[in-house]
Amino acid sequence: MTPAIQIREVHKSFGAVQALRNVSLEIAQGEFFALLGPNGAGKTTLINILAGLSRADHGKLAVMGFDVTSQYREARRALGVVPQELVFDPFFTVRETLTIQSGYFGVKNNRGWIDEVIHHLDLADKADTNMRALSGGMKRRVLVAQALMHKPPVIVLDEPTAGVDVELRQALWQFIRKLNADGHTIVLTTHYLEEAEALCGRIAMLKQGKIVALDTTKNLLESFSARRVKLRLSPDYLPDDLQSMLTQRSETSYTLALNDYSELEKVMSRLREAGIAAQEIELLQPDLEEVFMKIMSKH
Amino acid sequence: MPGFPTLFYKELLRFWKVSFQTILAPMLTALLYLLIFSHVLEEHVQVYDGVSYTAFLVPGLAMMAVLQNAFANSSSSLIQSKITGNIIFMLLPPLSHGEFFLAYILAAIVRGLVVGLGVFAMTLWFVAVPLKYPLCVLLFALLGSGILGAMGIIAGIWADKFDQLAAFQNFIIIPLTFLSGVFYSIHSLPQFWQVASHFNPFFYMIDGFRYGFFGVSDVAPGLSIAVVASCFLALSLFTLWLLKIGYKLRY
Repeated sequence: MTPAIQIREVHKSFGAVQALRNVSLEIAQGEFFALLGPNGAGKTTLINILAGLSRADHGKLAVMGFDVTSQYREARRALGVVPQELVFDPFFTVRETLTIQSGYFGVKNNRGWIDEVIHHLDLADKADTNMRALSGGMKRRVLVAQALMHKPPVIVLDEPTAGVDVELRQALWQFIRKLNADGHTIVLTTHYLEEAEALCGRIAMLKQGKIVALDTTKNLLESFSARRVKLRLSPDYLPDDLQSMLTQRSETSYTLALNDYSELEKVMSRLREAGIAAQEIELLQPDLEEVFMKIMSKH
Repeated sequence: MPGFPTLFYKELLRFWKVSFQTILAPMLTALLYLLIFSHVLEEHVQVYDGVSYTAFLVPGLAMMAVLQNAFANSSSSLIQSKITGNIIFMLLPPLSHGEFFLAYILAAIVRGLVVGLGVFAMTLWFVAVPLKYPLCVLLFALLGSGILGAMGIIAGIWADKFDQLAAFQNFIIIPLTFLSGVFYSIHSLPQFWQVASHFNPFFYMIDGFRYGFFGVSDVAPGLSIAVVASCFLALSLFTLWLLKIGYKLRY
């Protein structure tokens, strides 16, 4: 099957700053994919090049098999982008904005789909309100709606939940999950790593314009994230032969690193032998934030 | 051209929604020019035989309104979209540079013509102006507003800030308009300024436009058509090239 997104050896510089360095990436149709990295890593530059807002110095990019420069019409028709900046046209109402956006893509008589998207994004009572009068959260919803007007098979969301309240964030993800379940490929950038962890099947991490990690979320969590146990002991003492496993010591607890969870039994029996009781045991789940920090410090 | 009708419609809707500012205000300005200049100069100046100064002034004022508003439409729309960032909504869809150009320039022409027509209609209360060659009037109005529409696109793309656009308008557009013979015949100027006026394309737009009303002009109408049409073509090609390479739009 044609990949939803194909990026090959892409380079981009702004003056002396190398924004992207030999980035190659392939995203299959139907994936929920995260593009992560610190500010300035090149995520938005990559999205902009994919969307035709910016041009690569070198390399090839395709959306649903269509080259973003030589077949830009087909490529852009296949792509819906939710931009990071909260932009809007102050001359128009929500419905006018969506009708106009449909028209730009050559979609006429789009009322049915506009109504459906307005309903899903809970914009119904604001449909005839001027964009200027909307709150930030509402404007964000309209941006999502605009990206969906031409029913693109590939949807890119550039930090869609930045500055958005919890309620909207959850409603938004529910809707995006539904779109993904309906077959849309979703590419997401976010600084909320727990969102990427919960939603995305595969992750690419960018640092200073280079891809430093690219794997399934599961593999990244397993290979980079240590299993740990947090113990509160009585008496408050850790036997000498367990000291090598200690990663963190707080006033009331010890955090030990485990190679795998079977090591926990060894720890517990050693504590028993030493006459130490474990008053509290907490298994710490590996999380993406830890993986992210490790990868970023490694490169 | 699937996206063109919508972009054109959006550009029309944009100025229509603020028509008080984009249509009525320039009509009022032109009317004030007419009232004041005709009051002061009617008794003292006669440019063409049998044509009163007020009548002479009307086509010039109408054309000035056409030109300034055509420029204002495309330039202000683009700079606002760039500064607020909503230009992205036009850059993400599969709109070609040709569609982009046509939509902006046609909307500029429509606004120019609507304001020009409004100015002309208002002046009918004050003075009867003959309309000898209506097609000539229409041709110069179309080409003139097209030229200024293209200049508006160039200025809107080039300017990063409102004050840069204001500089373009105040230091290029307004001097060229005022020195084009809106208020006088260039034959009343000293020799140097007469020669200088012949290098001002705006002069040919006004002179040819006025010829359509009175059948009299400072230079041959054929020359005016040639100059104005060449300017339109050259500026259109330049604007299309800028849009094609994505100058200051697609980095």
